[in-house]
Amino acid sequence: MINAGLCLGGTHGYIQRMHALHIESVSHNFGKLTALDDVSLTVPQGRFVALLGVNGAGKTTLFSLITRLYDNVSGTIQVAGHDVRRAPGAALAQLGVVFQSRALDRDLTIRQNLFYHAALHGMTRADTRARTEEMIARVGLSDKLEAKVATLSGGQARRAEIARALMHRPRLLLLDEATVGLDVKSRLEVVALVRELIRDDGVAALWATHLLDEVRPDDLISVLHRGKILTSGVARDICGDRPLEQAFLDLTGLPQEQEA
Amino acid sequence: MSRETQGWRGWARALYGIVWREGLRFTKQRERFLSALVRPLVWLFIFAAGFRSVLGLSITPPYETYVLYEVYVTPGLCGMIQLFNGMQSSLSMVYDRETGAMRTFLISPYPRWFLLVSKLLAGVAVSIAQVYAFLLIAWFWGVDPPFWGYVTVLPALVLSGMMLGAMGLFLSSTIRQLENFAGVMNFVIFPMFFASSALYPLWRMKESSILLHDICAFNPFSYAVELIRFALYGQINWLALAVVVVATAAFLGAAIYAYDPTKGSLGKKRG
Repeated sequence: MINAGLCLGGTHGYIQRMHALHIESVSHNFGKLTALDDVSLTVPQGRFVALLGVNGAGKTTLFSLITRLYDNVSGTIQVAGHDVRRAPGAALAQLGVVFQSRALDRDLTIRQNLFYHAALHGMTRADTRARTEEMIARVGLSDKLEAKVATLSGGQARRAEIARALMHRPRLLLLDEATVGLDVKSRLEVVALVRELIRDDGVAALWATHLLDEVRPDDLISVLHRGKILTSGVARDICGDRPLEQAFLDLTGLPQEQEA
Repeated sequence: MSRETQGWRGWARALYGIVWREGLRFTKQRERFLSALVRPLVWLFIFAAGFRSVLGLSITPPYETYVLYEVYVTPGLCGMIQLFNGMQSSLSMVYDRETGAMRTFLISPYPRWFLLVSKLLAGVAVSIAQVYAFLLIAWFWGVDPPFWGYVTVLPALVLSGMMLGAMGLFLSSTIRQLENFAGVMNFVIFPMFFASSALYPLWRMKESSILLHDICAFNPFSYAVELIRFALYGQINWLALAVVVVATAAFLGAAIYAYDPTKGSLGKKRG
């Protein structure tokens, strides 16, 4: 099996339940177009997994299935051991998401945005207040709590979205091209922030990107291309002595100039 | 499910959050509030004034005396407020889908039917605030139903608001072409409003065209208006109540079906 290197021990039993995310043999079609073809992928608890793929590789479709915007018709998707189809509530409760498109209310303040999100997860008022202060301090926006989202920079809005995604203490954080449209400095800050949260809180992250410089040698990576997972494993092992860019191009067979 | 989402309190908090956000957004959008209020007032102050001499009304229930045209048209304008509001908030859900706000909303661990019903109730709450603001101004204009009418009209407004909101939700989730407001105005709001009992009693319509009368009699909006009209005078129009309840259930069921990831139209679209 392709993802054997990632699965710590086979595909069943209690070990599987410990994974933050476990996807097995998932395919998805839009009419005749095959968006995902037999995709399997595992994110172990507390790890950072980069999902690499050029635009149109199927990353967003995969995220839509994990978040149950669409239903997966084949295969299984489990978040923290909960099947997304059979127990959607339990699975979604363990999931924090930062979508590719901006998803904060621009007219409302950061605090109001976080309050709304906490309510959608049924959090109590006291818990919401405490968690808001805590998370907004973690992402370094304490002084912006009462600021309208419209007044924030792109990087600040992204950090606020990460704080929001973690409000309800999920075990898995999904980030879909979270750094697209940010300047170099903000981009580095956001990547560093997510890595820090993983290290300190033990939350796992699936980081979809086409920007290869965000990957470190000891990260787990999965390469998604035209709806198929081409390889999964530790970045260093997959690359060998090649740079990641070269390894990525060799795997996908893309010409040099198409790579971002 | 996690600890926080268990029990009815969690559900209540989710519902509260959804209604709170809708109310907050509405107050932030001054233009929307003003246009929502000005639109029916234009009809009441100008259209009704010009029309009152043209259209004579005989005594028809629930009215016990001859009424002025502005009195007749007021419940219809309440319905119009809710029709616009229902369409607007449902359309905003379609726009939300593009911006990602819809996705944020749908990843709540609560069941999707509950989220959609909460969203509808939030829109209804906003529309009812608009209706009462309108009725207050209409009162100064001489449209003064009995005091208790303002209380008994509330459940009618909840029902009619749900029906129109659910209809908007269903239409916006299934018909791609309706994703801009101009299209909705031309193909949904205007036909529904004019081919109804909002502006003229149906028996008047019958005098000019049987076919038009039949169309109006098939229009669920007519029944929403009649339900509001009777409730405003402390009475129940049972036929209207039945039609509105059935139409609400049908539209709501269809909307929930459309948003169900296993069956609905969302999964068939590339997003």
